[in-house]
Amino acid sequence: MSKEILLTRRQVIRKTVIAFIQFFVLMSSGVAAWLYIKKLPLDNGLLGGVQPPIRDVLNANENVFNKTLSNQHLAKTYPTSMALKKPRVNGDVGIANDFDPTTWSLNITKKNNKTLSLSLADIQQLPKTEICFDFKCIEGWSQITHWGGVKFSDLMKAYNLGSEAASKYVGMATADYDYYVGLDMTSAMHPQTLLCYEMNGKPLPIDHGYPLRLIVPVKYGVKSIKRVGEIYFDDARPDDYWFQRGYDYYLGL
Amino acid sequence: MECFLIYKRTYSKEQFYKIRYKHFNVSINMKRIVKKHPLAIRWFHWINFPVLTLMIWSGFMIYWANGVYRIGFGDTTLLKFFPQSFYDTLNIPYRLGEGMSYHFAFMWIFFINGLLYVLYTALSGEWRQIVPNKKSFKQAWQVLLHDLHIRKQAPPQTKYNGAQKIAYTSIVLMGFGSVVTGLAIYKPVQLGWLCSLLGGYEFARILHFALTIGFCLFIIVHIAQVIRAGWRNFQSIVTGFDAEDVVENKPETVTESNLKIIQ
Repeated sequence: MSKEILLTRRQVIRKTVIAFIQFFVLMSSGVAAWLYIKKLPLDNGLLGGVQPPIRDVLNANENVFNKTLSNQHLAKTYPTSMALKKPRVNGDVGIANDFDPTTWSLNITKKNNKTLSLSLADIQQLPKTEICFDFKCIEGWSQITHWGGVKFSDLMKAYNLGSEAASKYVGMATADYDYYVGLDMTSAMHPQTLLCYEMNGKPLPIDHGYPLRLIVPVKYGVKSIKRVGEIYFDDARPDDYWFQRGYDYYLGL
Repeated sequence: MECFLIYKRTYSKEQFYKIRYKHFNVSINMKRIVKKHPLAIRWFHWINFPVLTLMIWSGFMIYWANGVYRIGFGDTTLLKFFPQSFYDTLNIPYRLGEGMSYHFAFMWIFFINGLLYVLYTALSGEWRQIVPNKKSFKQAWQVLLHDLHIRKQAPPQTKYNGAQKIAYTSIVLMGFGSVVTGLAIYKPVQLGWLCSLLGGYEFARILHFALTIGFCLFIIVHIAQVIRAGWRNFQSIVTGFDAEDVVENKPETVTESNLKIIQ
């Protein structure tokens, strides 16, 4: 037992008041810091974004989880019989306008600024991969869905895009740039990342991104861009639709 | 002047002490300082309070985007999580991105603070005051009956009574549960094994949500109990000490004989 401490009434009051002043100073500095962060201008201006200190933490999170993600980390797959016949259609940014499939092609801008233009038939000639996995929407719901197409890594290999694969990021956009996403190269080259032209063994429906969409199971659904028209490479982050509107850039699962 | 009411008669403080401690010599001017909550515990507590509040608030902002949970059977819903009025009252608008940003930033403080708390209580021996034993469950029942004014006397206790021990240990385990289920739904591919262990993505998400509701219920009961216990109890989590009356020859424990004096 420690030595007994006896204080007078006045000393007790003094000790109590000092403790409460310290408490008040600490708590209010916490509240002040929070209010200060809340009032900071958002990092993407008019479109929104998040406050810079919060963004720093999100970017630090990316650095942690991007380093630990490997091609051995695979999204759980399911038998195709479990796939939903009519998966939910959640986004139409970039695919809401009139669309003439005959004018579509996939344009890949190479590092030397030359464009590689591929037709759907070109893409379908590459080895086909299917995946049936639990598609996860950033809103919180998930659905087992079944897709078929070409691995992004297979396409890169088939067209000798080795120097492009050395970039840090891939950018993908609809032909009209209404919707656009950026992916780190590790996630893009992941063995489950597909450019899909089939859903449930049939050609992709128009509202699921016909003729070609990305399926990237290691990310939330917002990164799985529909009706991909443009692909480009960069060492800086390519523009990303939801990032500009206040979401994390990485969004890795 | 302070006065005290005993059986409808008022007494001055001096008179009261003379009656209450008839056979003991009570000092009115001196107080004994009894150390109650170590500084570290007070810090952990007061850091956790706003951070947990932020985590719950941002969690609701995330949940809003797909608010599908309910309690019911068949088509009958007994309780919907949550009715629109809930979001209106707490000012939780459609800001999924903002909610996620705060959630995945402040999770670090919540996690590190919780981890340090567990390490501190484990290494300092403070855990002995908190972890329940066999008697605690029976005692918790007696405390409940006492709190509901069904039982007259509160059971004897050390720093915390049985009900508190169970509650404070449960809340630490719930915090651990929130971290684990949170990680499972945050990185269901990289931590796929954890996600499967917790019953899959959707189930882990339900667990994470249920734990949050548990935290809310804990906070409500905790605050109600603190109000009930009074100011002197509350101030010890700020100051760290309790100032006791100095009673010479004060018996170690409350016994039948000195209980009669108080009555």
